[in-house]
Amino acid sequence: MQLKEDLSKTDMVHLYRQMHLVRVFEEKCAEAYMLGKIRGFLHLYIGEEAIAVGVAAALQPQDYVVTHYRDHGHALARGLDPRRVMAELYGRATGLSHGKGGSMHLFDVNKNFMGGYAIVGGQLPIATGLALASQYLDEKRVVVAFFGDGALNEGEFHEAMNLASLWKLPVLFFLENNLYGMGTHIDRTYAGGRDVYKAGDHYRVPARHIDGMDVLAVRQATREALERIRHWEGPFLLEALTYRFRGHSMADPVEYRDKTEEARWHARDPIPTFRKYLTETAHISEEQLEQVDVEVEQEVEEAARFADESPEPGPSALWEDISAT
Amino acid sequence: MPVKTYIEAVREGLRDEMARDPSVVVLGEDIGVQGGVFRATDGLLAAFGEERVIDTPLAESAIVGVAIGMGLNDLRPVAEIQFADFIHSALDQLMSEAAKMRYRSNGGWHCPLVVRVPYGAGVHGGLYHSQSVEALLCHTPGLKVVAPATPYDAKGLLVAAIRDDDPVVFLEHKKAYRLARGEVPEGEYTVPIGSAVVRRQGRHLTVISYGLMLHYVLEAAERLGREGVEAEVVDLRTLAPLDEATVLASVRKTGKALIVHEDNLTLGLGAEVAARIAQMGFEDLDAPVTRMAAPDVPAMPYAPPMEEFCLPDAARIEAAMRQLAAY
Ligand SMILES: Cc1ncc(C[n+]2csc(CCOP(=O)(O)OP(=O)(O)O)c2C)c(N)n1
Ligand SMILES: [Mg+2]
Repeated sequence: MQLKEDLSKTDMVHLYRQMHLVRVFEEKCAEAYMLGKIRGFLHLYIGEEAIAVGVAAALQPQDYVVTHYRDHGHALARGLDPRRVMAELYGRATGLSHGKGGSMHLFDVNKNFMGGYAIVGGQLPIATGLALASQYLDEKRVVVAFFGDGALNEGEFHEAMNLASLWKLPVLFFLENNLYGMGTHIDRTYAGGRDVYKAGDHYRVPARHIDGMDVLAVRQATREALERIRHWEGPFLLEALTYRFRGHSMADPVEYRDKTEEARWHARDPIPTFRKYLTETAHISEEQLEQVDVEVEQEVEEAARFADESPEPGPSALWEDISAT
Repeated sequence: MPVKTYIEAVREGLRDEMARDPSVVVLGEDIGVQGGVFRATDGLLAAFGEERVIDTPLAESAIVGVAIGMGLNDLRPVAEIQFADFIHSALDQLMSEAAKMRYRSNGGWHCPLVVRVPYGAGVHGGLYHSQSVEALLCHTPGLKVVAPATPYDAKGLLVAAIRDDDPVVFLEHKKAYRLARGEVPEGEYTVPIGSAVVRRQGRHLTVISYGLMLHYVLEAAERLGREGVEAEVVDLRTLAPLDEATVLASVRKTGKALIVHEDNLTLGLGAEVAARIAQMGFEDLDAPVTRMAAPDVPAMPYAPPMEEFCLPDAARIEAAMRQLAAY
């Protein structure tokens, strides 16, 4: 990794902090799940943090973020309050959707975080529509739509890519290719080969593939893509190669992956890798980073405490927000 | 007779039919190597190989559409939709194509097709992992819809569905998978599609239900029985076509009817059953036909207290039964 000229030391420490926050937050989630405080289905993002954090660092506040159900990382990186995210996971009244949504459907309109979507591929046409409105209103906002390799095979992906390109809409399609959709490897589901970013070729959507384990590379590629998009050049497709370190969900014992493949990816863990870069290349002190670690851990503890102490929603919450009138 | 869980019964039905008939082929997301998210297809890949146990990409519309094509060309496909919540993009294939195939071709074509669909709430799955979708499907003439409640019926109805020459949607309640246990005979048997069954005899009121709710209804009926209120419980088993005769015969006996389902109230199955009782059993009625169902809210909330409030449970069903019995 080269030292990036446009990033101050403070910026870089912030990137580290955000990745560490997502990691520690999710480790806490796993713990809370085992204790029965988080119920249902829980999908962790551990291993993929460089993507959410790198992209968030390149976005403007007015930009929209739309994502899939593995959404804690995107939400925290975008600046959603960890306390309210945790409370949502706990199903509490203080959660972002008052406990209605849970883990997979986080959102916060104040952060232009337009939601996690649990119907695979369902978010892509919606992102395209947000972009169409943005173009119509001449707002210069970009929409980032995260999706996984599994979504490549849903019709919505192809329909959205075609429309966005045809109408030159400001969408950044961001593919988090972690090589698996649930327990099934991409080679067994996608006919287009490993150069997945070429999925954009047919629709004339310019594309690049990048290393999803390198937060600086993700940030830089996202900045460049957004620059093009903001000049009304239409959509862009970024494919970041990454790996989820845990199972698909808490219920998945991950019996389908090769142990040496797992070890190879674990060795590229984006957080220690970046930490090493910070101390060795960017000359940031160990002490400063340790201080960050302590702060992050406190923030996560505070989020869990907040969630724990928050009230559960009552039955009347069921009838809120069904329609405006 | 061996006692099995609901999911074991489904698995056994699939395995037996695949062994018996080489035209039975299963397909769906993660059903092969993984054995399915709920493990309903566990072991099938090892037993029957990749040609007959097909892992598909994430593409529900294509899964159902491809299954229709396979059925048209004399195979007997059994497609799995991972959760009922993901069936919507495939409804076009199911409702517009499969349901109309025999009709539009004057009987020249038909598609023997089973779509297995885990549905229902109670596992804290939240908005998109809890839905009940039967009303949409039952509203579509040309589709048969079954929703077994017991392991015995799960196997028997699945075998019947696979042998049926028309499209059948097979709804499996995901909470019943491991909760419902019962006797399941080894070997071949079928439960006919289109026949309901009286699960409990009674004379004071009739309760009509299906799927997971049936178990709660039976629990409530037992409790009320101890107070001398005897409920007759009808398990619909097949939701389309409805076994009107069994329902009407029971109402004739008791004069009172309560329909219980987990799907939301408005235009749910209860509305259809109630309308038929009102029209054809009017003379037999001693009380208004009543319904208990999930409230009309857009989705099943995640938070456990809200989910509990949405779902009818044995206590609330018992209260509704007591009230109706006292009418
Ligand atoms: C339409 C639809 N079909 C199936 C599912 C079930 N499901 C949830 S996640 C998933 C795999 C998704 O894989 P990918 O898009 O690669 O995302 P990843 O889990 O790897 O982040 C599947 C099959 C779903 N949620 N929605
Ligand atoms: Mg994936």
